Amino acid sequence: MPESAISITTITLFIPLVSMFILLFLKEEQAQFIRIGALAGSLLTLGAAVVMWAGFDITNPNLQFVQRGEWIPTYGISYYVGVDGLSMILVVLTAFIVPVAILASWHMHVLEERGRQKLYYIFIMLLEFAMIGSFVAQDLFLFYIFFEVTLVPMYFMIGIWGAEQRVYAAIKFFLYTIAGSILMLLALLYVGINAGTFAVPEITAAVRANPALFPFAGMFSTQSFLFLGFLIAFAIKTPMFPFHSWLPDAHVQAPTAGSIILAGVLLKLGTYGMARFCFQFFPEASVAWAPTVGVLAVIGILYGAWVSYAQTDVKKLVAYSSVSHMGFVVLGLFALNAQGINGAILQMVNHGISTGGLFLLVGMLYERRHTKALDAFGGIWKVMPLFGGLSLVITLSSMGLPGLNGFVGEFTILLGTFGSEYLGFFFALFATLGVILAAVYSLYMYQKVFMGEVVKEENKHLEPLHWQETLLLVVIVIVIIWIGVYPSTFFGSMDASVNQLVQQVSAVAQSIVSR
Amino acid sequence: MENYPGLVTAIIIIPLVGFLINMFWGYRFGEKISGAIGSVAALLSFGVAILLYIYLLNSNFAAAVVNPPILDRWIEMANGTLSIPWQMRVDTLSVTMMLVVTGIGSMIHIYAIGYMHGDPRFSRFFSYLNLFLFFMLILVTGNNFLMMFVGWEGVGVCSFLLIGFWFDKTNGVGWKNSLAARKAMILNRVGDFGLLMAIFLMFWTFGTLDYFRPGEIANVEWAAGGGHGEEAGHGEEGAAEEGHGAIPASVTVAMAEGRSRQQAVQQDGHGGEGEAAAAEGEAHGETDGHSEPALPVYTDNNHIETSQLGVFGQAERMLEDHHEVDFGPFNLPIETVLVIITLFMLLGAAGKSAQIPLFVWLPDAMAGPTPVSALIHAATMVTAGVYMIVRSNVFFYEAQLSSFVVTVIGVSTALAAGYMAMGQWDIKRVLAYSTISQLGFMIAAAGIGAYAAAMFHLVTHAFFKALLFLGSGSVIHGVEHGHHLAHERHSHGHGHDDHGHDAHAHDAAAAHGDDHAHHDDFDPQDMRNMGGLAERMPITFITYMIGTLALAGIFPFAGFWSKDEILLDGYLVGFFGDKGPLYNLGGFIALGGLLIAAGFTAFYMWRQIQMVFFGQARTEAAHHAPESNAFMCIPLIVLAVLSVFGGFFNTPSNVLGLDNIFGAHLFTSFLEPSVLHAHVADFNPFLAIAALAVAIGAIMLAHRIYAGSKAVTASNTDPLYENGGTRRLWAFANARMYWDQFYGALLEQPFNRSSKFLADKLDWAFWHDYIHDTVIFKGFNAIGQLLSKPVDVGIIDGIVNAVGAVVRWIAQWGRGLQTGYVRTYAVTLLLGVVLVIVLLILPALTQAR
Repeated sequence: MPESAISITTITLFIPLVSMFILLFLKEEQAQFIRIGALAGSLLTLGAAVVMWAGFDITNPNLQFVQRGEWIPTYGISYYVGVDGLSMILVVLTAFIVPVAILASWHMHVLEERGRQKLYYIFIMLLEFAMIGSFVAQDLFLFYIFFEVTLVPMYFMIGIWGAEQRVYAAIKFFLYTIAGSILMLLALLYVGINAGTFAVPEITAAVRANPALFPFAGMFSTQSFLFLGFLIAFAIKTPMFPFHSWLPDAHVQAPTAGSIILAGVLLKLGTYGMARFCFQFFPEASVAWAPTVGVLAVIGILYGAWVSYAQTDVKKLVAYSSVSHMGFVVLGLFALNAQGINGAILQMVNHGISTGGLFLLVGMLYERRHTKALDAFGGIWKVMPLFGGLSLVITLSSMGLPGLNGFVGEFTILLGTFGSEYLGFFFALFATLGVILAAVYSLYMYQKVFMGEVVKEENKHLEPLHWQETLLLVVIVIVIIWIGVYPSTFFGSMDASVNQLVQQVSAVAQSIVSR
Repeated sequence: MENYPGLVTAIIIIPLVGFLINMFWGYRFGEKISGAIGSVAALLSFGVAILLYIYLLNSNFAAAVVNPPILDRWIEMANGTLSIPWQMRVDTLSVTMMLVVTGIGSMIHIYAIGYMHGDPRFSRFFSYLNLFLFFMLILVTGNNFLMMFVGWEGVGVCSFLLIGFWFDKTNGVGWKNSLAARKAMILNRVGDFGLLMAIFLMFWTFGTLDYFRPGEIANVEWAAGGGHGEEAGHGEEGAAEEGHGAIPASVTVAMAEGRSRQQAVQQDGHGGEGEAAAAEGEAHGETDGHSEPALPVYTDNNHIETSQLGVFGQAERMLEDHHEVDFGPFNLPIETVLVIITLFMLLGAAGKSAQIPLFVWLPDAMAGPTPVSALIHAATMVTAGVYMIVRSNVFFYEAQLSSFVVTVIGVSTALAAGYMAMGQWDIKRVLAYSTISQLGFMIAAAGIGAYAAAMFHLVTHAFFKALLFLGSGSVIHGVEHGHHLAHERHSHGHGHDDHGHDAHAHDAAAAHGDDHAHHDDFDPQDMRNMGGLAERMPITFITYMIGTLALAGIFPFAGFWSKDEILLDGYLVGFFGDKGPLYNLGGFIALGGLLIAAGFTAFYMWRQIQMVFFGQARTEAAHHAPESNAFMCIPLIVLAVLSVFGGFFNTPSNVLGLDNIFGAHLFTSFLEPSVLHAHVADFNPFLAIAALAVAIGAIMLAHRIYAGSKAVTASNTDPLYENGGTRRLWAFANARMYWDQFYGALLEQPFNRSSKFLADKLDWAFWHDYIHDTVIFKGFNAIGQLLSKPVDVGIIDGIVNAVGAVVRWIAQWGRGLQTGYVRTYAVTLLLGVVLVIVLLILPALTQAR
C-alpha cells in the first residue's frame, strides 16, 4: 500500500479541526464571523470530500488515499487513515450533513437565547472531525478514539442547547453509549493484541490467513464473544431494538442541528462499524449470528414504525421512525450478500438525508411555533405552500417512494434479504410489512401537520421560509431525487469493496458448511 | 420509421415538463394559460401515442425496447448481481394503455379548465394532473416490473395529492378529504406490499425483472404464424437505432416474422453487430459467467441459457422442463412459484384496482374534484391492476389456482359493489361503486384467461365511465349553480346587487364542491336534491344517457360488446375449457356471477337516471340548474361518441355484417403480438340476447320502482326501503355492507390501541422509565457500591470508580448548569472522560503485555 506524504484523507480529516482552532481565536461577540467561519470550514471539508470522491477509483476494492504514520509502535498502534468503498460515501455524507446542520442553526432561537455561539460551532467542528475520523480510521485504536470523541461534543450540544430535560438526555446518551463502548474496548484490545497489530487491513489479512486466529466453535465461543463485544457497542449506537431507549430522549432534547447530525451521521457509526469490523474480523460469528441479528432488525423495523404512529410529539415520531429505518440497514448488512450490503450502505446515506431532512423540517416548525406537539399544527401547507411541498417530498422519500432515494435502499435491502442464504423469505416478508407501516406513520404525521383546515390562530400567519431554509430544503430534495433516479453514482463507488467483503464472508461460510 | 419507438421517451417527458412549468410558474399565469399548458401537454402526449400506434401498424406490430437518452441506468451493481435499467417497451399492449391514458386524459384536462374555474389552486391542479400522466405513462411503458412499480406508487401519490386537493376546506370537510387521501394511500400500500413480494420472488427465480429482453418476441406462436397473415416486408435483423434521430435513444426492435424463440435468443446473444449504440446504452449487466454466485442462472434441457430472456420467456422454458427453483433452504417447482408470485400480484391488483378486500378506499376517494374521479379513479389508474395481470398473462395462465382466485375475487367484487351501488344517494358514490364493480368484471375476465376481453372492457369502460363521471360533475356543477341562483333570488331584496362580483365568488365555491358563502348543509351531490334535469341540461342529459346505456350493456353501445365478450369467454371456458375442473368452475362462476352483476349495473344506473334527470325538480337548486360551459360539454360529446362507437373496435366476426364495416376482432388481433394468451371467441347470439334481456329487464324493473312521481325527495327514503320485503336488503346496501366498520373494528382500532400500548406502556413506562431509569441506573450504582468494597481488584475497581466518578461529575455539572458556570464543569467533564478512558485502557494494556 502506498503511503504518500500527506494524503487527501488527512486533509479532509483535519480541515474541521483547523477550522475549530481558528474559531477559538474569534471573539464571542463576532457571532456572524463565527457562523461564517464554521460554514466555510465545513464547506471546505465538503469540497475536499468531493475532490476525494472524484479521484476515488471505483474499480479498486482496497483502501485508497492511504496515509500511515507511527504513533505507539510498542503496541502496534499507528495513525492509519484511508478510504474504501464502505467509507467513501459516508465521508461525503458527513461532509454534506455538517454544513446543513450549520445552516439550520443560522436562525436558531435557542442559540440567541442561551448564547455561547462560539462554543456551539466549535463543538460542531470537533464533531465533524471525529465523525470523519471514525470513517477514515484504519487503525482500531484510532477508530476507537474517534468513536468516543464524537460523544463529547454531542453530549454538550444536547446538554447546553437542548430542550427542557436536556441534562437527563445528555447523561443518558453518554452513559448508554459508553457502556457499549467498554465492551467493544475489551474486545478490541483482545483483537489487537492477539493479531499483534491494530491496523484493520492487517488484522483482516491475518484472519484470512489464519481462520483460527479467533477460534470459532459455535455461537458461544471466543470469536462469537468478540463479535458480540463489537456488535453490542454498534447496536447501541445504531440503535437496534432493544437498545433504542436513549434515542427518543436524545433526539427530543437535542437542538435541531444536533438531531440532524445525530440522525444524519452518528447513528451510521454503528452500522458502519458492523460492516467494517464485525464482518471482516469475525466472519464465522457474523454468519452464525446473522439470523438472530436479523430477527432483532425485523422487530426493530416493525416495532419502531408501530410505536412511531402513536407519538404525539413530531420529533419523537421521527426518532422512532429512525429505529425502523436503521432496522432496515442492519437487516441489509446481515443479509451478507451484495444486494443487501450495497443497499444497506446506500440506505445509511438515504436515512441521513431523509431523516436529517425531517429533523430539519421539525426544527423549522419549532422555530416558528415553539412547540413540537402534533396537535399544535394542522393546515400548514396552506399557510406555507412551498414548505409544505418540499416537506412532502422529504416525507415521501422517508417512506420509500420509488423514484426517490429511500426506495432504492429499501428495495435492494429487501431484495438482498429475500435472497440471503442466512435470512430468506420470512425475514423479507415481515420486513416488507414495515413498508406499509412506514406509510401509516409518515402520512399520519404529514396529515396532522400540513393538511386540514387552519384552525389555530397561531398557525394562520407563519413567517415564510428564509433563503437559507429554502436553499437547504431544495438541495436536500435535489439529492433525494438524484439518488432516487440515478443511484449508480453511489452504488458504483461502493460496489467493488462490498463485493470483496461479500466474497470473504461467503468463502468462510462455505468452510462452516463443509465442516 | 424505425426511429419512431424512441418517441416513447417524449411521451413521458412532455407531461413532466408540463408539471414542472405549472408547479413553479403556474401561479403567475392565470387560469387560461395554466390550463392550456396542462392540456397541451396531455394532447401532445396523445399525439405521440398516436404516432407510436401508427408505427406499430406500419411495422407489423414489431415490439421495440427503448433505452432513454442520458438516463439509461437505474439500479445497477457490479458483476450483474442486480441490473434494473430505465427501459421502455413499445408494444401493442403498452400502446393501447398509452392511447387510453393520454386520450381520456386530454379530454379530462380540457374539461377541468371549465370545472376548476375560480379555484385558488388552479395551476396546482393542472400540475398534479400532468404529474399523474407522467407516472401513469411510466407504469404502462416500463419494460420491467420495477418501473411498473415506480409508476404504480407514483400514481398512488398523485391520487393522494388529488383526493386531498381540497385539504383546507372548512367545517372539517378538509380534514375528511385528507383522511380519504391517506386511506387511499395506505390501502394501496398494502397492495404494493404484495407487488413487492412478487417482485422479490420473480427476481430470485429468474434473475431479472425485465418483461422481455431486447429482441425477444413475446408471442412466438403468433410470430411464427407470420404475424396475422401479413406478408413479411421487413428485414430479418433486429434493428437498432444509433441515435441519429431527433431523439437519440437506443432502440431495439424485434421483428416478428417467423422467428423462433431460440433464434430470438441467439439474435440477442450476438446482437452487438451493428447496434453499438444500443449495446452501449443498455449496460444490461452482461453476465460475466465467472462470478455469478448469487443469481439464479437457468439452463434449460436444450442447454440454452435463459438469462437472455425476460421473466415470461424464462417461465415458459422452466415450465416445459418442470424446473425446480432453488430458494436456498428449500426448492419449489416452478408451478408453485408461479402460483405464489401471482397471488402476491393479485394482492397488488386488489389494492390499485379496488378489489375485495382492499376496495374501501375508492368510494372515499370521491372527495377529490370530479375530473380526478374520472381520470384516476375510473378510467386509468385503477385499471393498472388489470394491466398488470394482462401483462403477466403468461404467469396467470399457467397458475391455475391463482387464476381461479382471481376469478372469484373479480366476480364477488363485481357483485358486492354492484349491490352496494343500488343503495347510494350520492351521485358520485354510485359511480364509484359502479367502477369497482366494472373493475371486477375486468379482473374476472383476466381470471378466466380472457385477457383480450379484459383489455377491451378496460378501454370501453374508460370511455363511458369517464363520460359518466364528467357528466356527474356537470350535474353537480349545475345543481351547485342552481342553488346559488335560487339563493340569490331569495335574498335579492336584501341589497345584493353586485352580480358580477358575486358570480365569480360562486364559481369558486362551486368548484370547491361546497359552499363557503352560505353556511347551509345543502348537498349538491345528493340525488334526492335533483330531478328533472333532462330539460335544463340537455347536453349533459343526452351524453349521460349514452354513457348509461353503454355501461348497462345495451346494443349497440360500447359496453355491450366488451361485456358480452367477457360473458362469452366465461361460457366457453365453463363448458369447453380443457384445463381441468377448476378452470371450468371459474368459467361458470364468471358467467353466472357477471350476468347477475350486469343486472345490478343496469338497475342502479337506471335508478340514477330516474332520480337525476327525470320527474320533477325536487329542489329549487335543481329547478335553476344551468347547462355547463363549452369546456365541459365538448369532452362530454367526444366521450359520448366514443361510448357509442367504441365497441366496434373489436366486433365479433358474425354479427349483422358489422364486421364488414368495422373489421372482425381487430382489437384482439392488435393485442396478440404482446399478449400470449389472447382469446378470439366468436359471437354467440343466445348469450348476447340473454345478457341484453337481463339488462333490459333490470332497467324496466328500476323504471317501475323509481319512475315518475315515485321519485324520492330528501325527506323520504328509497322505495326499496319502504317495501317491507326489500327493506333490510336495501339498508345493508346503503350501509355499504358495513365494510368500513368491519375494518375499523378488525384492523384500525386494534392497530391504534396496540400502537398506543406499545408506545406508552411497553416502550415508555416499562422499557424507558422502569428498566432503564430505575433498574439499570440504580442497580448499577448499587452493584458498584457492593463491588467496590469486597472485590478490590484493579480493573473492576477502576471501572466502578470511573462510572461513579462520571455520575458524580455529571450531577455536579448538572447543578452547575443552573448556576451558570457551564464552562468550568464542561472542562471538568471533558477531563473526566479522558481520565475514564485512560483508567480503562492502562490496566488492560499492562496486563496484556
